[in-house]
Amino acid sequence: MKNYIWEVFKKTAFSRHFELNVFENVKNKKIKLPVYLSAGQETISASISEICKRKKIKPLIFPQHRCHSIYLSFGGDIKKLILELLGSSEGCTYGMGGSASIHSEKINMYGHDGHMGTQAPIGTGACFQSRKPTVVFLGDASAEEDYVLGALGWASTKKLPILFVVEDNNLSILTEKKIRRNWNMHDVARSFKMKGYEIDDNPKSIKKYEKYFFKEPMLLNINTNRIFWHSGAGIDSDKTFDRYKTLKKLFGKKAEEFDILTSNKMKKKWQKILEQQ
Amino acid sequence: MAEDLRTTIKNITRKHLKKKLGKVFGQCLTAVGWVGGTLPELYEKDGMVEVSMADVADGGFVVGAALMNSKPIYVIRYQGFNWYNCPMIVNYACKSKEIWKIPCPIFVRGIGMEGGIGPVAGSSHHSLYYRMPGVKIVSPMAPKEYERIYNSFLKDDSVYYVSEHRGSYANKSDLPNLYYDKPDLVIFAISITRFEAKKARDMLLKDNIKVSIVNILWIKPLRVSKKSYDNLKKSKYGGLVIDDDYKGGVAKNIANDLSLKTKKMVSTMGLKDKTAGTGKNLDNLPPSAIEISNNIKKIIKNEIQK
Repeated sequence: MKNYIWEVFKKTAFSRHFELNVFENVKNKKIKLPVYLSAGQETISASISEICKRKKIKPLIFPQHRCHSIYLSFGGDIKKLILELLGSSEGCTYGMGGSASIHSEKINMYGHDGHMGTQAPIGTGACFQSRKPTVVFLGDASAEEDYVLGALGWASTKKLPILFVVEDNNLSILTEKKIRRNWNMHDVARSFKMKGYEIDDNPKSIKKYEKYFFKEPMLLNINTNRIFWHSGAGIDSDKTFDRYKTLKKLFGKKAEEFDILTSNKMKKKWQKILEQQ
Repeated sequence: MAEDLRTTIKNITRKHLKKKLGKVFGQCLTAVGWVGGTLPELYEKDGMVEVSMADVADGGFVVGAALMNSKPIYVIRYQGFNWYNCPMIVNYACKSKEIWKIPCPIFVRGIGMEGGIGPVAGSSHHSLYYRMPGVKIVSPMAPKEYERIYNSFLKDDSVYYVSEHRGSYANKSDLPNLYYDKPDLVIFAISITRFEAKKARDMLLKDNIKVSIVNILWIKPLRVSKKSYDNLKKSKYGGLVIDDDYKGGVAKNIANDLSLKTKKMVSTMGLKDKTAGTGKNLDNLPPSAIEISNNIKKIIKNEIQK
């Protein structure tokens, strides 16, 4: 287990320092397009990608707009993502996708069209056609889209090897979940006769459910926190819980050193690419 | 004996499934009637997939299937149902090649019909797709046309919106363009209006009004032959585009294109700008031969008075 959490921590660190560089470059206006930072939520995709790796499964991935950490955790090309965020035609989505619609054929990640939640029915259809293990990432707001519910129902009916992951940061921009609805996604999943659980974003909690991955349809509503603004570079509150910090604490000095090393490497990477532009 | 369009579609569907080119998706496919007799009596094990009644999600399922290197056929029983079925087709499948360089070809069969079926289900709605990039829109009304369109789709990686009409399913004949050397007017007819256009032409000839007929099979990209453009240029009173969709939709766009190319005035007819009701005299039907004929006489009269 410790080794698994360490690997998740490494992936999380990688995504976190990537996002910190995006944050910085939005602030200094080197990145001019709208960005949706995953910082705070990275352990979810890091855990799921690590579980898939250990199971030797390369799933189809259907992300949504807040997807940098999904792309990076599953092994997407970092240079191409930086170029994409700089609007380059050499970016992972040829400059067409920006931050929200990135894709990577290498990791089976299919881009998002910008309409929240469409990845649920589209991922379900892809899974139905191919019968390949599929992961659909949703936010707690996009999960409210009616067609997401339709997708859950059909995935359950057809008993597809699909995993719906709700990255539940409790916010739609800044509107809290309790204002928008009085129901929970894991209950909805259960009402569709599929496995549905509500958990936190601790890698340990996620691993607990790996035994069900792709054996039958399942939804994990994972409570997490977005530490930056919905879009752009800013901080809503400095009191937001940060899972990355708790993981760093768990591994102590080893984690501190890795964090610094990753930070330096990432800065150099960005610097090099920015200089070439 | 020549086969009718209904049989042609059914045979194409059977072939499509047998060769495992892609599944056929739709709601209530295996219901009584098998979608107007256009489907072979096959089931999910054969690739004919009953989707749920969640219209918007269904469109997404088909998009996902198309992303997996298959060429699905998606049957939309009434074209009006496109309002809920097409969002992910036009926003994802049609744009996929341009954004991600991943083709997402789907053969969307939208089926038109009208007459006492109320404000939503009736008529053709190809205009819904028209404004979006990455889609090809066709409206075959004859067996050979349908075969040509299907073969074109197999060689292509685009989304095809095939605007069908139940009124054409019994048709066995080709529908060639009909030209006069120097026509008074040229009709450009789309979908089911092609049959009424021909009747109107015969009616007008009795008044010595010569009307050429050009059939529009390819709505987007618009395919009109040089001969047809030349015929419009030679016409005395210009052209008239007739459609089974609202006249403010593709008909006006096509009329504009034709007009710009030929410097001739081109007007339009289609569904009126009103909501269809189910009761007597409350419907909103495509232009009849008499309405077409009267409108053409009015156009000519107005031009003479100028």
